[in-house]
Amino acid sequence: MAILNVNPTRMELQGLKRKLVTARRGHKLLKDKRDELMRIFLEMVRENRALRVEVEAALTASNRHMAVARGVMPREALDAALMLPKQALELEITEKNVMSVLIPVYQAKFRTADENDIYSYGYAFTSSDLDDAVASLADVLPKLIRLAEVEKSCQLMAAEIEKTRRRVNALEHVMIPQYEETIRYITMKLDENERSATTRLMKVKDMMLQAAHEYA
Amino acid sequence: MYKVAVMGDLDSIVGLSALGLEIFPTEQADEAARLLKQLAGSGYAVIYVTEALAASIPEEIARYRYERVPAIILIPGIGGNTGAGLENVRVSVEKAVGMDILN
Repeated sequence: MAILNVNPTRMELQGLKRKLVTARRGHKLLKDKRDELMRIFLEMVRENRALRVEVEAALTASNRHMAVARGVMPREALDAALMLPKQALELEITEKNVMSVLIPVYQAKFRTADENDIYSYGYAFTSSDLDDAVASLADVLPKLIRLAEVEKSCQLMAAEIEKTRRRVNALEHVMIPQYEETIRYITMKLDENERSATTRLMKVKDMMLQAAHEYA
Repeated sequence: MYKVAVMGDLDSIVGLSALGLEIFPTEQADEAARLLKQLAGSGYAVIYVTEALAASIPEEIARYRYERVPAIILIPGIGGNTGAGLENVRVSVEKAVGMDILN
């Protein structure tokens, strides 16, 4: 590992030591953040997976009903039956802060409270398969919304985890070793300077003694 | 207040309109890309897209992956389940963990 390009002085040494302490503390904090994010993420992604399997199965079933309805009703009649929905869905988004990742929480709001308002048509001219299709969709709707919430959260958290992991790795494998080696380099250089100063002094002292003896 | 949209071929999504979701039937990739951009910028929090349609506009969908709004969620269409939705979950896991550990 390359050392930093610094002057081997006491001031630099002190600065580096301080930086190393900060880097170590940051590394520990980020590692904790990563671990906790990962724990929550894995929980969520499991839920995401289970929800997805469930929702996809329900939608496929509903599509089957719809296909039958298409078969027994004229196309125009079916489209007309669903053309003007009575119900309207709106979402309110609040945010939850999970380890500094803002994940969305959706609150569904329907225009009318009556759950039968999903049938936007009279029953006289439509097939019961259409009713089945719409009813099964209505059953799965809360899960569909929850799926959106969980899946978005997973995507946002995955991005954050990746970022945090990179930071942890950069600190652990680049910054901290670099600081440590530079500190060692400066310490050695300073020690070496001190030793050479000592030898120089001893030499000078010898020379002065010698000179003094010759005069005597 | 945010709204919820559904994109895909009409047959796959028409039922969802009864529940109060707004449907935007389309089957062409270029039209879908334009529509998605328009919806994303006009107050839709969740956009459900059929897997078949999503397969034709992967870049446009990837663009919103790490945005807070909208959430683009794949759903199986009338043509059957292609597994693209679960694949998306796998991508998230791989990004976070480095490899797919849930299988």
